[in-house]
Amino acid sequence: MIQIEGLTKQYGATTVVDAVSFNIERNSIAVIVGTSGSGKSTLLRMINRLVEPTAGRVLLDGADTRSEPAHLLRRRIGYAIQGHGLFPHRTVAENVATVPRLLGWPEERIRSRVQELLEIFQLDPGLYADALPHQLSGGQQQRVGVARALAAEPGVLLMDEPFGALDPIIRAKAQEDLLGIQRRFGTTMVLVTHDMDEAFRLGHRVAVMRQGQLLQYDRPAVLLTHPSDPFVARMTGLTDRAMKLLALTTAGEAALPGGSDGPCVASSASLRDVLSELLWSGAASALVLGEDGSPRGQLPVAAILARGRP
Amino acid sequence: MGLLAVIWLPFVVFKTNRIMPGEPRGLQQVLSEWTALGLQAVLLLTAAVAVGVADAKRRLIAALAAVIVLALAVAAAANALTPAGNKVVRVAPGAASWLLLICLGLLATDAITRMRPGPLVRVLLLVLALAAAGAALAVGTFDHLSVMREYAGNASRFPLELWRHIWLAGGSLLAAVLVGLPLGILCHRAPRLQGPLLGTLNIIQTIPAIALFGILMAPLGALAARVPAAAALGIRGIGAAPAVVALFLYSLLPIVANTVVGLRRVSHAAVDAAFGVGMTPWQVLRGIELPLALPVIITGIRVVLVQNIGMVTVAALIGGGGLGTFVFQGIGQTAIDLVLLGAIPIVVLAFSASVMLDALVEVLDRSPSGAPESTS
Repeated sequence: MIQIEGLTKQYGATTVVDAVSFNIERNSIAVIVGTSGSGKSTLLRMINRLVEPTAGRVLLDGADTRSEPAHLLRRRIGYAIQGHGLFPHRTVAENVATVPRLLGWPEERIRSRVQELLEIFQLDPGLYADALPHQLSGGQQQRVGVARALAAEPGVLLMDEPFGALDPIIRAKAQEDLLGIQRRFGTTMVLVTHDMDEAFRLGHRVAVMRQGQLLQYDRPAVLLTHPSDPFVARMTGLTDRAMKLLALTTAGEAALPGGSDGPCVASSASLRDVLSELLWSGAASALVLGEDGSPRGQLPVAAILARGRP
Repeated sequence: MGLLAVIWLPFVVFKTNRIMPGEPRGLQQVLSEWTALGLQAVLLLTAAVAVGVADAKRRLIAALAAVIVLALAVAAAANALTPAGNKVVRVAPGAASWLLLICLGLLATDAITRMRPGPLVRVLLLVLALAAAGAALAVGTFDHLSVMREYAGNASRFPLELWRHIWLAGGSLLAAVLVGLPLGILCHRAPRLQGPLLGTLNIIQTIPAIALFGILMAPLGALAARVPAAAALGIRGIGAAPAVVALFLYSLLPIVANTVVGLRRVSHAAVDAAFGVGMTPWQVLRGIELPLALPVIITGIRVVLVQNIGMVTVAALIGGGGLGTFVFQGIGQTAIDLVLLGAIPIVVLAFSASVMLDALVEVLDRSPSGAPESTS
């Protein structure tokens, strides 16, 4: 659990982050979203003290982050940034091994951890362990960046626009992978982005920032249905907010009892995708299938439409 | 073609090897007919290769072979013109020889550039060339040439002055690196210092060498007079002390500036990530910033070393010693051969230093430092 209490950063007379407070639950993903200059990156960098706050404090599992030297704190917190920030003169394996080396892990443990991470991130160790970062594609570099951040099994992972430099298709894949990693390791993640779709897709809770102030911090559905501020409503998008809301619910969650002779959809599909499928096929309802392929219920158009209203 | 060659040949021959500065001699006057013809044939062949052959390797071999033949011919001419036992006669390569040497040198460098040899190959070529020249000198092939006559006259002093030259250039460089590197790092970490410091060093750089020697004489002389310990260390108004101090001051700017530029060139994302994963400032400097800045820093050191090797020559004027001693003695006595005895080794030293450090930069710069990245 990360508790952020009255966190403030001033540069001279300019207040970049203004008394921001919120809590991030253990094992959840919090996304900080805002336009450029909103102070979102500064807020993130105050959590691992790359930026020292002017006022306020951060508690990590109840302990003030200032109770130990900054570099020791950072070794316990994963950190991944836009454009990956890999060390260009070190091989992929050396990059990934950075924090375990700093922590003085035995060489054997480092090697097996690097091997394990490269496999998790779909980078064949035989091919890529000894490659230099510039020999990798953008998507691969980004994966190595996240692998490096996770190398020492940190409980918390901070990410500053980690997918900002990727093209849309690779970005969607990277987001998918990140959710998989989060489910697998239960890492608490804090991610900064300017992309509201990314925030909704990844975040259990989303913090919307403007001009250094936290406007709203809540579940994505609440941001859509009950925006606290016109700016939040604008950020979430006024024209397609119903579709965004549908995208947050899965077919499995909304399924009603009964059968249907309409098209089959997976229970993990979002209502948005189901609605699209129904519009396309002209059917009045869809059959929801579980992961094992057995019918789980049906979804009539009317039930989907009802879910799209606040 | 043959007729053209016959018409053309004597013309070239007449200019080739105008030996003895006072009394120019043509090629055929000093060499036996067959040797002269042989040399002409080799030169013509090389010219044909230069015009007609595109393959760089063949061009290089032709150029090098021609250089060797030319050098041997000059040596042979010197031997032929020097009466046995006569040590007064001076035989020097004439204008045509020098001209030919320059042309062949250009041909060879061009060929080497086109071949794009790796850094190690270049160093190897340099070592081979130096070894060949050294062997020829040791065997005594050129003993009758005027420069070698001058060497024979100064044989006891030459190694001392050569060593002193290297020591003055290298020592001031070492001192400048020891001071300049930390200064550059300081400038990088505290950008406010950068303007004033680089400005000061820039002003020093604009002072002519001889003026700086003069400026330093007074304070160093005073220091030696007041502090006996300083005098005991050899610090005086003239001699090596002001030379080393001046060279040190000149060396600072390139080293500090290149350190700053090199460090600035390091990807910000990499440095941010290095701090972000928990490296201490010292670990970031040693593990990330310095290794990535090293090629640029070494480039600065190369500039300084080559510059110092040249500038030490002037130090001879204030009693600093070094190969410049021969140069200025030679100028004083209007003995051009003595000037060459100092100048040629200086050029060879500077060239060798340049080739070797260039190769080092290339070896270090194998991993590109990545495109500059931005963080929001």
